Amino acid sequence: MYAIQTEHLTKSYGRKRGIADLNLSVRSGEFFGFIGPNGAGKSTTIRTLLGLLTPTSGSARILGREIRTETRAILSQTGYLPSETAFYPGMKVRDVLKLSACLREYGRRAHEDRPAAPCLQSPVPDQADILLEGRILCERLQLDPSRRVDELSFGSRKKAGIVCALQHRPRLLILDEPTGGLDPLIQREFFGILKEFHQDGATIFLSSHILSEIQRHCTRAAILRDGRMIACDSVENLARTGARRVTLRVREAPSAPTCAGRLEKALCPPDGSCPEPETLLPDGIRDLRITGETVRFLYCGDMNRLTAALAECDIRDLTVTEPDLEEIFLHYYTDAPSPSANRSHF
Amino acid sequence: MTILNHELRQNRLPFLIWTGSIALLLAVCIALFPEIESQMEDVSSLFASMGSFTAAFGMDRLDLGAFSGFYAVECGNVLGLGGAFFAALTAASILSKEERDKTAEFLLTHPVSRSRAATEKLCAAAVQVTAMNLLIFAVSAGSAAVIGETLLRKEFLLLHLAYLLMQLEITGICFGLSAFLRRSSPGAGLGLAAALYVLNLTANIAESARFLRWPTPFAYCEGADITARGGLDVSLVLTGLLFGAAGITAAYVKYCRKDIAA
Repeated sequence: MYAIQTEHLTKSYGRKRGIADLNLSVRSGEFFGFIGPNGAGKSTTIRTLLGLLTPTSGSARILGREIRTETRAILSQTGYLPSETAFYPGMKVRDVLKLSACLREYGRRAHEDRPAAPCLQSPVPDQADILLEGRILCERLQLDPSRRVDELSFGSRKKAGIVCALQHRPRLLILDEPTGGLDPLIQREFFGILKEFHQDGATIFLSSHILSEIQRHCTRAAILRDGRMIACDSVENLARTGARRVTLRVREAPSAPTCAGRLEKALCPPDGSCPEPETLLPDGIRDLRITGETVRFLYCGDMNRLTAALAECDIRDLTVTEPDLEEIFLHYYTDAPSPSANRSHF
Repeated sequence: MTILNHELRQNRLPFLIWTGSIALLLAVCIALFPEIESQMEDVSSLFASMGSFTAAFGMDRLDLGAFSGFYAVECGNVLGLGGAFFAALTAASILSKEERDKTAEFLLTHPVSRSRAATEKLCAAAVQVTAMNLLIFAVSAGSAAVIGETLLRKEFLLLHLAYLLMQLEITGICFGLSAFLRRSSPGAGLGLAAALYVLNLTANIAESARFLRWPTPFAYCEGADITARGGLDVSLVLTGLLFGAAGITAAYVKYCRKDIAA
């Protein structure tokens, strides 16, 4: 059973890029990461899923319901934390939470016309229960409910947004860059709360550009770039691309650039080879850096070619390590945008 | 009802300020009447000789020396313009302010349909406009009683009814603006209300501009016409209600399918 499933979902606005042909599947009960730099289309995707934006083409289902026609039923089971939380001016945190709880009442009968599978749906809790949960969450996140929302710092506003998104105990949590502005202790508490929701069977969809966050908490992740999904796999597999961080020390510092040049020449991808669309990194060397007698680079491709190329250098020390997701991600994004440009680079 | 209540609470202060100011101004005008009354004969002849200016405010057809004439002109300028501005401002910002302040994202990610949100917001605007008119009528009637006059006469009741309808029409039109414009809607609403007012003045001055009565709701609020007819100009009122309904329809069509910008 899928919590989120999109088919060729496309949203384009005028000249601005949106998202294109997105096929995303998040299973019910998953802790899913949605990775991409700013402007890649993460928020556009989320806002389209929640019915704030109308898709240009394609379709999507959330908790088994069509996003265009069953928005209300979807929203009643969903908690959303926007990347920038805005509240009505002049209200206290307590009033905002109360308002949010009251607005939940509109969703109480949204399911009657067409009940969804029970694993995707739970009844809307009573207002008193929502408010009680809200008070507990405020305490855990150290948010004072008697503060006025206009006076809150960015981090505290985020906390209020988190409580609004969680207090009705939704089946699906969609969190858009949730940790911005939160200090490390609160972040830990926040992820602790998310873990509890996850253990209770909720699906968590976490959009972020902080990879360590995704790597630590999510089981699967999708990577978005320029409005297109470029990879979707378990976090383990995403990190295990075959790419290796190679660090070598040559015997004499002046020979380092010569060695680097040789390696670069020997390890460029064979002519005509095209990087497979599904692999995160095309073959070859990148991020080549020379400091004194040390040469560091990221290598992706046949290991025999690497050892053959290394044999031509006078090496004193060599380490080969698995890069972390962050490194792969960083280099993927800083590469030239089109594959053809990529190849000319090598 | 949550959104309606929330909307009323959010707009409480502007509502009280506008209602208070207009009611106070009307009360002051009424309180001044006994003093002016004695001098009104001179003033009336003065006003009568001001040509098109006199016609613009309908003073060629009203006797300023009588309470009914005085009230129709004063009321027309204070309640007519003030009420129209308040209605325009409230309705024009009621949908757009959420997008401007980015609270639309908060509201619309709760399980409430767009049409439901729009309906409750429209009701909130209509409730405020109606409440304002009732409160102002009460204050006016009280003030009139103090100086020994009464507002409980058919022509006054009709006049106030016409003002209420006029403000509701403007509410409907500006509600339409509110769905289309994001940043400039309060200004556009006020501008529109002022333009409609001027349109009526123009229609009163020149015979060749009489057709301008049709687009402006101020045309059916003329105290002189209401007194002369003994009722409202039904065709003008119906045309006005059509304009209001068109604004509301446009708002629903637009708001239910528009992209809510981040």
